Amino acid sequence: MLDKIQFDHLKMLEAESIFIFREAAAEFARPVMLYSIGKDSSVMLRLAQKAFYPGKIPFPLLHIDTSYKFPEMIEFRDWYVKQIGAELIVHTNRKALADGANPYTLGTKACCGFLKTRALLDGLAEGGFDAAFGGARRDEEKSRAKERVYSFRDSLGQWDPKNQRPELWKLYNSRHHAGESIRIFPLSNWSELDIWLYIHKENIPIVPLYYAKEREAVVRGGSILLPQSGVRLLPGEKTQRIQCRMRSLGCVPCTGAIRSEADTLPRIIEELISFRRSERENRVIDHDEEGSMELKKREGYF
Amino acid sequence: MATTANVSVFTPVAAMHLGGASRKLLRFTTAGSVDDGKSTLIGRLLYDSQGIYEDQLASVRASRINRSPGAIDFSLLTDGLRAEREQGITIDVAYRYFSTPRRKFIIADTPGHEQYTRNMATGASTADVAVILIDATKGLLPQSRRHAYIASLLGIRHIVAAINKMDLVGYSQSVFENIAQHFNEYAETFEFETIYPLPVSAVGGDNVVRRSQRTAWFDGPALLTYLEELPLEEDDASDGAVRFPVQYVVRPDARFRGFAGELASGTLHPGDAVIALPSGRKTRIKSIITYDGELDEARPGEAITVTLEDELDTSRGDLLTGEEKPPSVSRTFSASLVWMHEKPLEPGAYYLLKHTTRTVRARVKRLLSRVDIHTFAEFPAETLHMNDIAKVEIEATLPLFFDPYRRIRTLGSLILIDPVSNATVAAGMIDGTLEKSIHQPLSSAAITPAERQQIFGHRAAAVWITGPAGIAESVERSLLEQGWRAHLLGSEFSEGEWRGAARALRDAGMVAIFSGAGEKNHRRDHASQLFSDNFFAFDEQEESVTDAAARIVSTLRKWREG
Repeated sequence: MLDKIQFDHLKMLEAESIFIFREAAAEFARPVMLYSIGKDSSVMLRLAQKAFYPGKIPFPLLHIDTSYKFPEMIEFRDWYVKQIGAELIVHTNRKALADGANPYTLGTKACCGFLKTRALLDGLAEGGFDAAFGGARRDEEKSRAKERVYSFRDSLGQWDPKNQRPELWKLYNSRHHAGESIRIFPLSNWSELDIWLYIHKENIPIVPLYYAKEREAVVRGGSILLPQSGVRLLPGEKTQRIQCRMRSLGCVPCTGAIRSEADTLPRIIEELISFRRSERENRVIDHDEEGSMELKKREGYF
Repeated sequence: MATTANVSVFTPVAAMHLGGASRKLLRFTTAGSVDDGKSTLIGRLLYDSQGIYEDQLASVRASRINRSPGAIDFSLLTDGLRAEREQGITIDVAYRYFSTPRRKFIIADTPGHEQYTRNMATGASTADVAVILIDATKGLLPQSRRHAYIASLLGIRHIVAAINKMDLVGYSQSVFENIAQHFNEYAETFEFETIYPLPVSAVGGDNVVRRSQRTAWFDGPALLTYLEELPLEEDDASDGAVRFPVQYVVRPDARFRGFAGELASGTLHPGDAVIALPSGRKTRIKSIITYDGELDEARPGEAITVTLEDELDTSRGDLLTGEEKPPSVSRTFSASLVWMHEKPLEPGAYYLLKHTTRTVRARVKRLLSRVDIHTFAEFPAETLHMNDIAKVEIEATLPLFFDPYRRIRTLGSLILIDPVSNATVAAGMIDGTLEKSIHQPLSSAAITPAERQQIFGHRAAAVWITGPAGIAESVERSLLEQGWRAHLLGSEFSEGEWRGAARALRDAGMVAIFSGAGEKNHRRDHASQLFSDNFFAFDEQEESVTDAAARIVSTLRKWREG
């Protein structure tokens, strides 16, 4: 019954996102979509397909691969991008990896700095991109509540919260000087629940890690980690079979799973309704220090 | 690859929570000063409607700061950025989200301190409702009037006066009624559709999500119930006028040419007659295309792609409109302007003006009056500073197709952009065309090339086109329709005449077009020397004259934009 319901508010959100995609594609010389393989990226891709239909998506996708991603993510990425005929660019900070960058010796903060923030800025500069679509939502984290749809970055990719342009109506200002860029967030007004309802309504493919399944896991300090590539077992740790799923996707060592029975989209949505914990809680990086996300953003992190 | 698992349906409990198909989006803005308890009210709305997660709450509980008398400082849930947490003030517009089974809500939380008029204007620009916080212990202050004024200026039709801190006045009915009556008297002058004053205590949660027993004398709904039940009419002020600004041209191959955009007002059907502006040419809608299939009808707010019966040279920035109720087409119009930048307005200087999907160059030709935000009296003004509001007359280098802001928001709103810094410096609401044009005394000084360039919107240039017949003619027509000064020079002149004509076009600041197919090479060399850096040659082999012309015009547009 309910899976036939259209949800007017999703149609309104969809139209707004499509408007943003078209506006940016028309006004920027070389936009790119940051593709992180997660559920929000999957929704962004569908919205971009809709915006330019029957044409193809008129910009490439850029994946910043830290090399610590779940193998299921990479497999999904290659399959899905091929499936919809999009152009994919993968960028990795090879030099940092060769120098041994990993979260254990560097700590999560420095590791993200090299493999995500630096890699992203280099990837954008290499491609000469003047605009990058990102899947961030304002409800994800407090520092994002004041983020614009068009987030202006200086020539070093940095975000200055006091120097953002006022954004009125749907009149987005895309003007920028050479070297400066604008991050664009078409999903700004979507909530996590909206994302899942839309995936359900539209039958959008997502990485299987989102569905609950019995998995080989290790419990560490309250988080459930999947011991795959990049995860080191500490002395005394043993793996066990746990029925679990990922609520958000990131790097294997820094993204925890949650105990869950939700193995279908309606069950995930029901779980979300009963949930009282935000989705970024299982990310190790956000808890480094109070306001840590804001600091990362100022430096150029998405 | 098994990537979707859609096999089961929702349980009845989940279905009830998710609500039904009529669940719509309501956007509201909140205004109040630092001490009115606005952050607390929003924190309370989010908390009581379960829009706050436990871990976010835990981080607030663990925070070193607690400015509230209770166990939880709700205002910390919404005060996001470090700087403002330290200073204890909200310095920018913040967006919050929550939903109930009946509606999804987007809150534009704006600081009410008077120096932040621009923030309230920003938050109000997309809002359906304004919630104005009034401190019951202080009564109606001038700032609440300013908030009502800005809400009205930005075209908000529904206003709520949340008279807060009722707990501190003993939930007194007479205190509430006194403030409510004053607010009503004042707000009635602004033609809001509804005005709803209600007593609340954000700290105690009274009348925020549920009706409170402590204000048994008040029989209106709680704030959340009111926002859930407020009828959200379609934008009927448009009276059905069709407005479709072309946002993007979809061209997957040579056979398909679709015009993508969001229908701003009216409804569209296949077969409907439309007029394309600025060309004024008539055609019909052939089909309305979406990823999810073709539509028999498109409604306001829908993202669509239309194809047309005739091949028109239509591009981004053009407007498709119905034959009935046409928009105004003019280079000059009156508007209300909110200045948003530290650098004051330079009267007479050219800015970029973005209106719908069209960006033109424009200047504030006359400052009619500045509105004093304290007394609402109008004064003459020499310039505008940050947070100033003024009535102005704007002159654009190309005509705009517009409606008054009060009639159709999308067709009446604009921003001004500083062409050097690229900053957004002002927001404008168009009032209408000028009733009588205002004549200024003419200067006797000769026009300089720079002035000519400002008026034309471009420098002189030469465009040398080689290719199938008709392209040069098409380019000339297209440029003229879009407000350029252009002329296609024929090849029938003698050598001396031709050279003189080319030079005159250059000195006149025109875009000189040459159809190069039958032309002599030395003429091309001559034109190239004459126009030096602004000489453009195009060798077009493409079959479609329209496509070739569109590409040339688009290249020229980029040249003009620098």
